Amino acid sequence: MTWEMVVGLETHAQLATASKLFSGAPTAFGASPNTQASVIDLALPGTLPLLNRAAVECAIRLGLALGAKIAPRSIFARKNYFYPDLPKGYQISQYETPVVQGGRLDVIVAPRAGAPYAKTIQLTRAHLEEDAGKSLHENYAGQSGIDLNRAGTPLLEIVTEPVMRSSEEAVAYAKALHGLVVWLGICDGNLQEGSFRCDANVSVRPAGSTKLGTRVEIKNLNSFRFLHQAIDHEVRRQVELIEDGGRVVQETRLYDPNRDETRAMRSKEDAMDYRYFPDPDLLPLQIEPAWIAAVQATMPELPAAMRARIVRTHGLSDYDAAVLTGSRGIATYYEAVADAVPDRKAAANWVMGEVAAALNESQIDIERAPVSAAQLAQLIAREADGTINHKTAKDVFAALWAGEGASADAIIDARGLRQINDAGAIERLIDGVLAANPGPVAEFRAGKEKAFNSLVGQAMKATKGKANPQQVNEILRRRLG
Amino acid sequence: MSLKLDDVHRIAHLARIEIDDQQAAATLAQLNDIFAMIETMQRVDTTGIEPMGHPLGGGQRLRADAVTEQIDRTVNLRNAPAQDAGLFLVPKVIE
Amino acid sequence: MSSDDALAHASVAELGRLLARREVSAVELAQLFLERAAAHRRLNTFLDVRPELTLAQARAADARRAAGEDGPLLGVPIAHKDIFVTRDWVTTASSRMLEGYMSPFDATVVDNLARAGMVCLGKLNCDEFAMGSSNENSAYGNVLNPWDTKAVPGGSSGGSSAAVAARLAPVATATDTGGSIREPAAFTGITGTKPTYGRPSRWGMIAFASSLDTAGLMTRSAEDCALVFNSMLGFDPKDSTSIERPAEDFARHLAAPMRGIKIGVPREFFGAGLAPDVEQAVRDALRDYERLGAQLVDISLPNAELGIPVYYVIAPAEASSNLARFDGVRYGHRAATFDDLAGMISRSRAEGLGAEPKRRILIGTYVLSHGYYDAYFIKAGQVRRIIADEFQRAFTQCDVIASPVTTSVAFGFGEKAADPLSMYLADLYTVPGSLAGIPTMSIPCGFGGHGRPVGLQLMANHFEEARMLGVAHQYQCATDWHQRVPAGY
Repeated sequence: MTWEMVVGLETHAQLATASKLFSGAPTAFGASPNTQASVIDLALPGTLPLLNRAAVECAIRLGLALGAKIAPRSIFARKNYFYPDLPKGYQISQYETPVVQGGRLDVIVAPRAGAPYAKTIQLTRAHLEEDAGKSLHENYAGQSGIDLNRAGTPLLEIVTEPVMRSSEEAVAYAKALHGLVVWLGICDGNLQEGSFRCDANVSVRPAGSTKLGTRVEIKNLNSFRFLHQAIDHEVRRQVELIEDGGRVVQETRLYDPNRDETRAMRSKEDAMDYRYFPDPDLLPLQIEPAWIAAVQATMPELPAAMRARIVRTHGLSDYDAAVLTGSRGIATYYEAVADAVPDRKAAANWVMGEVAAALNESQIDIERAPVSAAQLAQLIAREADGTINHKTAKDVFAALWAGEGASADAIIDARGLRQINDAGAIERLIDGVLAANPGPVAEFRAGKEKAFNSLVGQAMKATKGKANPQQVNEILRRRLG
Repeated sequence: MSLKLDDVHRIAHLARIEIDDQQAAATLAQLNDIFAMIETMQRVDTTGIEPMGHPLGGGQRLRADAVTEQIDRTVNLRNAPAQDAGLFLVPKVIE
Repeated sequence: MSSDDALAHASVAELGRLLARREVSAVELAQLFLERAAAHRRLNTFLDVRPELTLAQARAADARRAAGEDGPLLGVPIAHKDIFVTRDWVTTASSRMLEGYMSPFDATVVDNLARAGMVCLGKLNCDEFAMGSSNENSAYGNVLNPWDTKAVPGGSSGGSSAAVAARLAPVATATDTGGSIREPAAFTGITGTKPTYGRPSRWGMIAFASSLDTAGLMTRSAEDCALVFNSMLGFDPKDSTSIERPAEDFARHLAAPMRGIKIGVPREFFGAGLAPDVEQAVRDALRDYERLGAQLVDISLPNAELGIPVYYVIAPAEASSNLARFDGVRYGHRAATFDDLAGMISRSRAEGLGAEPKRRILIGTYVLSHGYYDAYFIKAGQVRRIIADEFQRAFTQCDVIASPVTTSVAFGFGEKAADPLSMYLADLYTVPGSLAGIPTMSIPCGFGGHGRPVGLQLMANHFEEARMLGVAHQYQCATDWHQRVPAGY
């Protein structure tokens, strides 16, 4: 029996607003406990919610980016349950009429085996809701400490249709959505801080079946790797269970990355009755076409559109385009470089190669890169015009990154790195190398191709790497016949 | 529609109100009287009528996104039954 | 009558004039009413009294006047129903759940009146979390009706109505969700007024049923109510359901003559359940209105009687959610012993909440629960709209609607307490106006059995408070029921 997995994702993206969804308390991460909870967030008697305009605008931006319908009228509903980190005893969310309806996200999936392929992920909806506080369990014997700083932070809950068929598809979607919300500036995407959390709904069915199996929800996956592992583990667990004659129970489970397994949540009761009803403290949210149009006018070019454009006009591959539009910062940087040099492919290679590696090593984002797009463009131009060769260019880049000089030219001059392009000089050089290396010459003439490379190496060494490698190759070939 | 004792216990649990069998039995009789009274509204034909959630209608006002609260933690914790190091303490939360 | 009694019996309008003429100071008034409250503790109207704070507010009011400020409410005493949070007095909502609770902020209504210079005498007893019709549901004891201490004062604002009836305060704030101002006003022979839903702010008013709760006043007269409404009502950005309208003078129609005013009399409100003594007093009042030149118009509100089932679905549903925050985690009562977290919450709520809130929470939880939501909550919302629409149709035929407030005069303690349903049915005439969100009021119009007062209900369309108060005022100019004071007070 072959099995197919069916996966849907629910993602909670914390919105990058200054204040909370329903109160004027700050939303900054990491503050001392209970210093960012107002009387509203504490649910003191007599308090009432006040809706944050910027949070609604984030929802509109996301809806537009997903090609979804922005509901002209949507309703806030109370989701009633008891938990110490839920001060009101209910969460203000949206139930029957969410602010964003439908939508889709096109992603590129890189499967374990086979070529990358495109897939369109259909979305069901996205709605606004408030985050809960946090329970802390360390240091308190038999007790938990409740911190309500996070209570009331605005979230967009983004729900897909159950259209993913592999953990790779799920991760591709999660990454693309992550990139999109950061691109739009509505979420800072900080996974460690919990700004972007995924719940996966996973079920299995015999391959070819159209009926959905019982689904299990895996909560609070805050890394793409855990998302991947958790889904794969859960699918294995469900298949084994069914093949052993058991039945999958609809439940909520947590993923334990240390053990690579999911376990049922203890406090979960089956089918909790949340008694949703429209929140009587809030009136229906009305979004006029004029507001949507105003937001549309300020939307940036979306990553998918930019990808398509640079594939078309820069001649890049889909894969390269995807990497270069991984974040708005990278995309802006790349485009600035590409517009300033004649060879866009070189720009792409540099950004995807040296720049990406340096960012990773320095553990910083592109916005804080010490080498500006203009500086990189100049460096690329110097390689293109033959002033320096590629290896030297890499050295100059490293020097620029380390802050050694104000520009590529400054470093080239200061270190005397100009490439030797004079054919005559190179001929003389090669004559010298050939004379000094009779052994390799003989081996090459005897048919050993590798000896050629060692002669090239000798020539480069003799010039401290500054000889133009193409010319060296050419002239050496001529000399050796 | 008539409630049973089980229903009373179930609802009391949903509402997190501890209730013993004796209290549940007393409540059951009262609730059934009340629900019988409530049933009378079923006789009205309400086809096509939009439920009224707010007597005066209107749309939700929006607040500018600004930090307007100066928060004093000691005030937040002032009425707390149990607290330590700035946190509200409760019996252990088990996931 | 001593001069002290005369002062205690003076209207808010009169006290304002005396203060303006410096014939009395705010401190003198505060002392007078504090002494009266202390002398009549038996009525159990006040829960938290702090004389030093009251006198400090009074001194501040006198200082403001000395500095050249004036205003009709500057230095006039007031007491607040214990459903409004106050920074300087304990707020309990008459519940054990909030015993000793100190709010870090004042309710907007309290703040508005304080800024107008009113001096707070303390917090008034009520039914727990504003749930009840007799003030027998307070965790801090019953309130007695000053007209007959064997009778209930009404509820939930029983402390407010009894205090004003006994002249322990010239005015008191109160709240009305299904009749909690009008019914106690009727039972204690004073003027109780509920404005249009959304006009007084709900910020700082402990929520019972959010789409129904409306702050209002207990006063000696419609004129006093108009005066205090001018400072009390108004848009509050902290309340999303607060209505924004241009400022108005609620006293502007007080003098409007009754000639040509159409008073709608809904036939369904004079059915079999209405006690004869109440009906008599109400019909006498309607005849008085005719003598004043008003025209009585027969109207029909055919589904108004379904107001009770509708109300007892919607109000408990909203309440079950509004009271979920009382879990013993951040404030309020926490049980001393429990096995675990769930047990702590369940026991804290069982111990802290009284029988009536518990009952309503159970009803509300049930009607919202899966499988019952459509048949109960949605249905009730639909019937609510039908009832509200019927009022709109009625107001095309008349300017105001008049009816009884209650089916009987004040009943005795314990008469209905054992049968919650019979207590709920007492709200028959008041609940429809609440569901529609329209302004309504009760004015005294006579006495019935046992010498207990009878009230006349007036209702007007949304935002027509001034017209309604004018209609009430004209009656109070021609009659003196509103000036009667129970013996000994």
